[in-house]
Amino acid sequence: MQNDSVAKTVIVAAVLCVFCSVLVSTAAIKLKPMQKENKALDIKKNLLLSAGLLTSDNPSKEDITEAFKAIETQVINLDNGDVTDIDPLTFDAKKAAKDPKQNKIIDNGKDLARIKVRAKYGKVYIVKKGDAIDLIVLPINGKGLWSTLYGFMALAPDTKTIRGFGFYEHAETPGLGGEVDNPKWKASWIGKIALDQDFNPIIDVVKGMVDPKHANASSQIDGLSGATLTANGVEGLVQYWLGEDGYGPYLEKLRTKLN
Amino acid sequence: MSVRKTIIDPLFTNNPIALQILGICSALAVTTKLETALVMAAAVTLVTAFSGASVSIIRNTIPSSIRIIVQMTIIASLVIVTDQILKAFFFDVAKSMSVYVGLIITNCIVMGRAEGYAMKNGFVMSFFDGLGNGLGYSIVLLFVAVFRELFGSGTLLGHSILPLVSEGGWYQPNGLALLSPSAFFLIGIFIWVLRTFKKDQVEKA
Repeated sequence: MQNDSVAKTVIVAAVLCVFCSVLVSTAAIKLKPMQKENKALDIKKNLLLSAGLLTSDNPSKEDITEAFKAIETQVINLDNGDVTDIDPLTFDAKKAAKDPKQNKIIDNGKDLARIKVRAKYGKVYIVKKGDAIDLIVLPINGKGLWSTLYGFMALAPDTKTIRGFGFYEHAETPGLGGEVDNPKWKASWIGKIALDQDFNPIIDVVKGMVDPKHANASSQIDGLSGATLTANGVEGLVQYWLGEDGYGPYLEKLRTKLN
Repeated sequence: MSVRKTIIDPLFTNNPIALQILGICSALAVTTKLETALVMAAAVTLVTAFSGASVSIIRNTIPSSIRIIVQMTIIASLVIVTDQILKAFFFDVAKSMSVYVGLIITNCIVMGRAEGYAMKNGFVMSFFDGLGNGLGYSIVLLFVAVFRELFGSGTLLGHSILPLVSEGGWYQPNGLALLSPSAFFLIGIFIWVLRTFKKDQVEKA
């Protein structure tokens, strides 16, 4: 048969496609469990790092699993702040945000995080010291310049003071917007006051350095040079998730319970 | 040509980036950090070698009307498999490379070698040709990445070499080094130096 005949062309194309698709799907299916495990572990690691519960930067799998035992996971209803009885192991907020039955479209004016939709329910992580709540870790996400950033924010039991902060997934420019991962910058969030007396978010990522004499200096964060848009995005998403459309109702219920 | 020559030649004498000016795009994208450049270099080298060999094996049965698509399919499959392996075994690196692993598919070197060499040569030689060209690409990539990471972030492989002002040191990082145009300058310098030593590469004016 001639190489350029129609029949040969179709046969070669078909055989090649079948062969390549088998190769690709075998690799995808065989490696999937490992990839899933890596991803889950990475999220846990970042949660623990944001919460300051890991001492080493390069913890082993056992360290992570061990440290994670101290954390209590709850699924809450974001609209009224009630803790639900949904199993945290099966609930996936990222998936739920895409499912029309489980998500909520955010009003245009309120969408500071620029994510358009969010899940109706959200996961929160509680760290207890004895019986008292010691740390509240909240997943946050929102748009930076190029990508959606996913991360965690850890709050003290007063629900105002930031105790930790960090992202585990984003695709901002390395060296510019990617500096959201800079350990020094992340550390500069610790101890800042995220909410005012009436518990409205007042966190402010300024351009340049924070002036310590400024009246609001305790709620201001240094900007990222060369990455104003990413920094604005981070400010917006923190404000959104700590606000009334995000974890606001939950934090309010938590405060009444704690007092 | 001997195996040795097939591998050594693309390093300097016939470098795919410096002489053939192929594969510039990814040389700009993944060179802000040495670590990602290393992984990218290894991935491209393997994909070029294996795609060359695979194309060469079936080169006599490929109908010429669909040969580009056939090469593309083979390359794309290999790249996807590479991406899956990286995600499973080198998760942290794969995370920092994000989309660029997938973009190896569009790297002109891979396709250029498949079409230009593997279609006419046996599979052993095609494999080594791919390996050599991948290494030639790697040299330029690592050269660019070393300078960009050192001057842009003051680090090499994440270890602090020039202590930054923002971390209490003395070095004010060069923001340009982190932006894509700096890779153009560095590749230009690389070609300049190379052609100073290898005068036969200079085009006639």
